[in-house]
Amino acid sequence: MSLKRIDLLICCGSGCISAGSLKVKERFQEVLADKGISSEVNIIETGCMGPCDYGPVLVIYPEGVFYKSVKPEDVEEIVTEHFLKGRPVQRLMLREEERLVSSQKEVPFYRKQVKVALANCGFINPESMEEYIATGGYEALGTVLTTMNPQQVIDVVKASGLRGRGGGGFPTHIKWQLVHDVESDEKYIICNGDEGDPGAFMDRSVLEGDPHRVIEGMMIGAYAIGATKGFFYIRAEYPLAIKRIRNAIKQAKEAGLMGENIFGSNFSFEAEVRTGAGAFVCGEETALIQSIQGERGNPTPKPPYPAVKGLWNKPTVVNNVETFANIPTIFLRGAEWFASMGTETSKGTKVFALTGDVNNTGLVEVPMGITLRELIFDVGGGMANGHEFKAVQLGGPSGGCLTREHLDVPVDYETLKERGAMMGSGGVIVMNDQKCMVNVAKFFIGFCVDESCGKCSPCRIGLKHMYNILDRITRGEGKEGDLEELQHLGETISRLSLCGLGQTAPNPVLSTIRYFREEYESHIRDHSCQTKVCTDLFHFMIDKNRCIGCSLCARKCPVSCISGSRDEKYTISQTECIKCGNCQDVCPVKAIDRIPGMHPDVLKQLQEKQNISIEE
Amino acid sequence: MTPISPQDNALYERLKEVIEETKSMRNPLIEVLRQAQDIFGYLPIEVQEFIAQEMNIPANKIYGVITFYNFFTMKPRGKYTINLCMGTACYVKGAPRLAQMMEEELGVKIGETTPDGKFTLSAVRCVGACSLAPVFVIGEDTYGRVDTRDKMSAILKRYE
Ligand SMILES: Cc1cc2nc3c(=O)[nH]c(=O)nc-3n(C[C@H](O)[C@H](O)[C@H](O)COP(=O)(O)O)c2cc1C
Ligand code: SF4
Ligand code: SF4
Ligand code: FES
Repeated sequence: MSLKRIDLLICCGSGCISAGSLKVKERFQEVLADKGISSEVNIIETGCMGPCDYGPVLVIYPEGVFYKSVKPEDVEEIVTEHFLKGRPVQRLMLREEERLVSSQKEVPFYRKQVKVALANCGFINPESMEEYIATGGYEALGTVLTTMNPQQVIDVVKASGLRGRGGGGFPTHIKWQLVHDVESDEKYIICNGDEGDPGAFMDRSVLEGDPHRVIEGMMIGAYAIGATKGFFYIRAEYPLAIKRIRNAIKQAKEAGLMGENIFGSNFSFEAEVRTGAGAFVCGEETALIQSIQGERGNPTPKPPYPAVKGLWNKPTVVNNVETFANIPTIFLRGAEWFASMGTETSKGTKVFALTGDVNNTGLVEVPMGITLRELIFDVGGGMANGHEFKAVQLGGPSGGCLTREHLDVPVDYETLKERGAMMGSGGVIVMNDQKCMVNVAKFFIGFCVDESCGKCSPCRIGLKHMYNILDRITRGEGKEGDLEELQHLGETISRLSLCGLGQTAPNPVLSTIRYFREEYESHIRDHSCQTKVCTDLFHFMIDKNRCIGCSLCARKCPVSCISGSRDEKYTISQTECIKCGNCQDVCPVKAIDRIPGMHPDVLKQLQEKQNISIEE
Repeated sequence: MTPISPQDNALYERLKEVIEETKSMRNPLIEVLRQAQDIFGYLPIEVQEFIAQEMNIPANKIYGVITFYNFFTMKPRGKYTINLCMGTACYVKGAPRLAQMMEEELGVKIGETTPDGKFTLSAVRCVGACSLAPVFVIGEDTYGRVDTRDKMSAILKRYE
């Protein structure tokens, strides 16, 4: 990558920056200058390397030594020991069962991963076009423009079996073919970087970590369909991604890789960035088009599909960031190579944001068809803090929860869908036995209620109704028949809504009712949240045997509902408690427990209130 | 921040430049609004009317767009905005509890600004630091795994 003796790669993905990687970088600059060896070390700020849990992470070449959780205080030691004396700092390296992991390649987190879309993320400086080119960047575009006609390009994509990575899994070549085949004076190509799934950051990492790859993929698509103008639609919450893409477009223009007659061909292309403004529904392609046109982001009925009548009523292809990121490699390494990975119907790899209660959270790319067990227990390193696995949520607000019995199903579009989940854009949230599924379902419905554009009533009113029922259940006011009503409503909303948001929003509820029915029933019938998550369905108790009568809890209680004395010990007046948990935090002898179930005093009060309202 | 008076010329000059720069774009309204919010901190009616006039777009359309997108606000914000992540990863790792602590600490609800104008408490979806969940962001700084009131107060004290 450079002529310097040492390449120091510092991960500057969002996870590592949050963990302090920029401070580590500054410290390196200071220490290297102090020792007079700045000229020997090439500091490269890379995009996300993946293992966010270990952040800030560094990799040092030529050896490929991987350091984790590096603090500014550690920098001096790395420089003197490793850079000057050639002795890697063992205490900052990863250990696997006492064995030292000597290089990045051996880190278990990477072992089952195959990097295509993420090939350069974490290896190159995303602000340098030269580094992208050094890895083979823009070679695919060159080959395409100088040796292939558009139909041949589409045929390669067809042979690769690539399907859209934005959620739906629509075969990319079909979309391209449709637009290729229509006659029009103008056609457009759009990169969907709205990434609305709350709890996912795949597209962001690609845009930030390897922007030229996405541009190259888009340009190959543009050539195939006959578009001369492209738009990147990126959410405003990702300022760095916006900056990096703008910068990359500028560099490509200056180098003549974008503009008129690229590579001496008669293909000309321009790209522009448009920013989203915080509306989940704008990830839906017709809403996105409205948004680029400066309108409210209300979806429009399909047909007509954007391929026929899209941006400014011209034929338009909308593809996800990761879809484009796969394209250059398909042309460099061949469609057969790409199609050799994955399952019958789902080819290639998929990027996931692995989060929740696993040991290794972060950004991963694995071959399609990997089992959930491998994803969670091998790549993810298993459950954190010795807890049991309970469920995994895939597909965000449109997706569903799967359970232990599904751990061996392969990750592909069809299999997940049959089980009530979906591939989605790649958010994977692993949950342990401390998580309440009713509460999770309520969270997702709450999200969709907030994000519904309000255009059609099943989605606007129906989802709100579902939310109210779930809310009642989590407050201990569930009734017999609630589950049937939820299912009925869910099916109706799915059938009658205009866009994908409404059509899929009931999925998290339907899938949790399907797999965790007892949990709903214990909320409704026993007024109890066994996982002690729903505030109204558990209570705090002071154990008199353990309580030492110090009064600390009583003094910290914001509603003064704890009383007692050193001799009598302390008790909580249950009907007044607001479940803030302060008492449990401050008790020096841990004498306060969470007990599942509504306290009898509170239940009595609730039932009296309900009786009164019935009599009225 | 005090409400903007139409005499705030420098700010309006900058907005005018932005509108000029985006003239070459087709339908640049959302870009203009985003930059206007950067300039003014929020989008009061006067700014909306100014944009309407300069861009020759009906004011009610601009209002419709602003109210549709969560990113735009018509209320002035505090000196610092605290963005609490309410994404899925943070939610399952205790964001609701963090929100409750934050509301108690500041004495305002999500969406409100403290009476001294120092902090605006707001909720966002995934900030991409899920491995540190639950997360909140103040300006450029991200804070993760804050699980007690004491730790939180210590962090807020750093902002003057
Ligand atoms: C409510 C909703 C939100 C969506 N959000 C996104 C998104 O954030 N990113 C994305 O690429 N696709 C999203 N989609 C899918 C897009 O409509 C579209 O299918 C996709 O961008 C096509 O690209 P692909 O074929 O490359 O996957 C969303 C769909 C719906 C219904
Ligand atoms: S389904 Fe919901 S989000 Fe989609 S158009 Fe209808 S109201 Fe809007
Ligand atoms: S949980 Fe909060 S309100 Fe309830 S007793 Fe403890 S300190 Fe008081
Ligand atoms: S869900 Fe909070 S940072 Fe991703």
